[in-house]
Amino acid sequence: MHKFLIRSFVSSLVLLFTLTVAAVAKDVKAAFVYIGPTGDHGWTYQHDVGRKAVEAAGFKTTYVEGVPESADAERVLRQLANSGHDIIFTTSFGYMNPTNKVAKEFPNVKFEHATGYKREHPNVATYAARFYEGRTILGTIAGTMTKSNVIGYVASFPIPEVIRGINSFTLAAQKVNPNIKTKIVWAFTWYDPGKEAEAAKALIDQGADVIAQHTDSTAIVQMAEKAGVYAFGQASDMDKFAPKAVLTSVENNWGPYYVDRVKAVANGTWNQKDTWHGIGDGMVVISGLDSQMPSDLQAKVKKLQADLASGKVHSFTGPIYDQKGNLMVAEGKTADDGMLAGMMTYVKGVEGDIPK
Amino acid sequence: MIIDVNFVGLIIASIMASAVPLILASCGELITERSGVLNLGVEGMMIIGAISGFALMTVTGSLIIAVFGAMLAGVLISTIFAFLTQTLITNHVATGLALTIFGIGISAMIGKNFVGIPGKEFPVLFEGLKDTIPLLSPILFGHSIVFYFAFALPFITSYFLKKTKIGLIVRAVGDSPESASNQGINVRLVRYACILYGGAMCGLAGAYLSMIYTPQWIENMTGGRGWIALALVVFSTWNPIKILIGAMIFGGLTIIQFHMQAIGVRIPVQFLTALPYIVTIIVLVVISRDSRKIRLSTPSSLGKSFHKDN
Repeated sequence: MHKFLIRSFVSSLVLLFTLTVAAVAKDVKAAFVYIGPTGDHGWTYQHDVGRKAVEAAGFKTTYVEGVPESADAERVLRQLANSGHDIIFTTSFGYMNPTNKVAKEFPNVKFEHATGYKREHPNVATYAARFYEGRTILGTIAGTMTKSNVIGYVASFPIPEVIRGINSFTLAAQKVNPNIKTKIVWAFTWYDPGKEAEAAKALIDQGADVIAQHTDSTAIVQMAEKAGVYAFGQASDMDKFAPKAVLTSVENNWGPYYVDRVKAVANGTWNQKDTWHGIGDGMVVISGLDSQMPSDLQAKVKKLQADLASGKVHSFTGPIYDQKGNLMVAEGKTADDGMLAGMMTYVKGVEGDIPK
Repeated sequence: MIIDVNFVGLIIASIMASAVPLILASCGELITERSGVLNLGVEGMMIIGAISGFALMTVTGSLIIAVFGAMLAGVLISTIFAFLTQTLITNHVATGLALTIFGIGISAMIGKNFVGIPGKEFPVLFEGLKDTIPLLSPILFGHSIVFYFAFALPFITSYFLKKTKIGLIVRAVGDSPESASNQGINVRLVRYACILYGGAMCGLAGAYLSMIYTPQWIENMTGGRGWIALALVVFSTWNPIKILIGAMIFGGLTIIQFHMQAIGVRIPVQFLTALPYIVTIIVLVVISRDSRKIRLSTPSSLGKSFHKDN
């Protein structure tokens, strides 16, 4: 009787163990590391929308929000890798080194780093969206809609992503209106509604009648609404925050990519790569165009959108000169991805210096 | 760039608007500290006020309910602090820090359902007079009632502390709770009242951010302003008028450095962004260097628990 009990106990343990192993092998767990709170209605919010798409596709997910880009990031990553996550998405530029460092220690866990360029280990992939394509569209609209010829631009931190956006925006605006001036103000925050509003107010007081932003909150479009100038939504459709001011928004759409990559881990087909999707792949989405825009501008924007999607038009088509007049991209050529990824110089026409 | 008077007026008006939450929270905290209680929970009380105001405005549709609700929320959360530090005699510093962490956490939790909802327009006063006087019009007219209240508050606070009997009692309790108690003053009651008042002002400061300044709710939207308000109280040496000066310098430099960037002044941006913090401290230290006055205005029992009338 005892023997029977022990035997059945042992066999059930074995069974349980096999089941668990099978379950672990089958259930892919994905983790997301966020720089801001999921309630920012901007950058992190959109990543979290993507995470929810992964959940909807039947996978388990966890997330850690508000993780500083410091040694804390390493600690969080280690903890996630240690607690049975198969794939970890790190969704801010500053996680680049921590991601690669921790990836070395956990070769069996896949790491996906957003907006970075370092893939030092076979289990690190990078992905980003070609937001600059969206900014080409915004620049075209801004250059056409401005009456004062002064366009304000609230920037966050001097990293290639932001510089590229400023350049792409300015090139497009100059193309439709050679007289425009882009005034740039660095807020040195991704996310502080009060500060962002103050930066926008300063630009408006100095005559800017169109405001673009590369920070995350809706404070800037609200300030534009109050002051009666135009603005563009960032990361998500911000139209309802400022119906008169917002002409369109550039939305980040991460869901399809996240689902693909988590599925790839489940199927065993995950591989290291660098993904850089734009309007054509649906990672960058242009919201509805505001009816205040004249119909010929709307038609122009729609055509530009289609051409950017098909690859017929590239945001960085030569000749492009830097501020000192040196040729960056020759006539008829387009900037390659390597140049775009490390872009740390302003193009001609942008005022001021990049903060060092 | 041509500098005309209206442009200067506009800049001063935006500086004043950005100083409002700092003035409200600092003047509230000043009363709390003058009674001898150090409440480091300013940031937490502000964020609770911000979410409460925004949530009540969205749910009830009434701005009045929302503003008073935010103040009440500040009072309620500071009641926790008062109960812990005054009744259970816990350490002020630790309890205050816990209050901030608690406030940020619970506001994020309540706020989950309010992200992505635009705020309502808050009515402004005297808008018709906005173009009447050059320079002064944008400064004086077209602001919310909270704005006017904030700029009256340092003077009211100063008058209250210096000229009224209750103000004298608050200072007595902060300077020497033992003597005050011997005089028959209920120290614990006075401190409770001062903590709750501080909570109400911090709640109002938060509501100003989420309902008037940037009408929306997003997590952590106070962005450290509670800590700056706390620093202002100390560096102003517990003087409400100097709080006003400090808040204006801080708000002013934040905004002027943006203007300098937009004009294209060739000063490193990192230095410009650090400027408000550096200059505010220097100026307040310089204007408060009279050690006799500091001794007079510093609440001697600040942060010390009082056991006697338990």
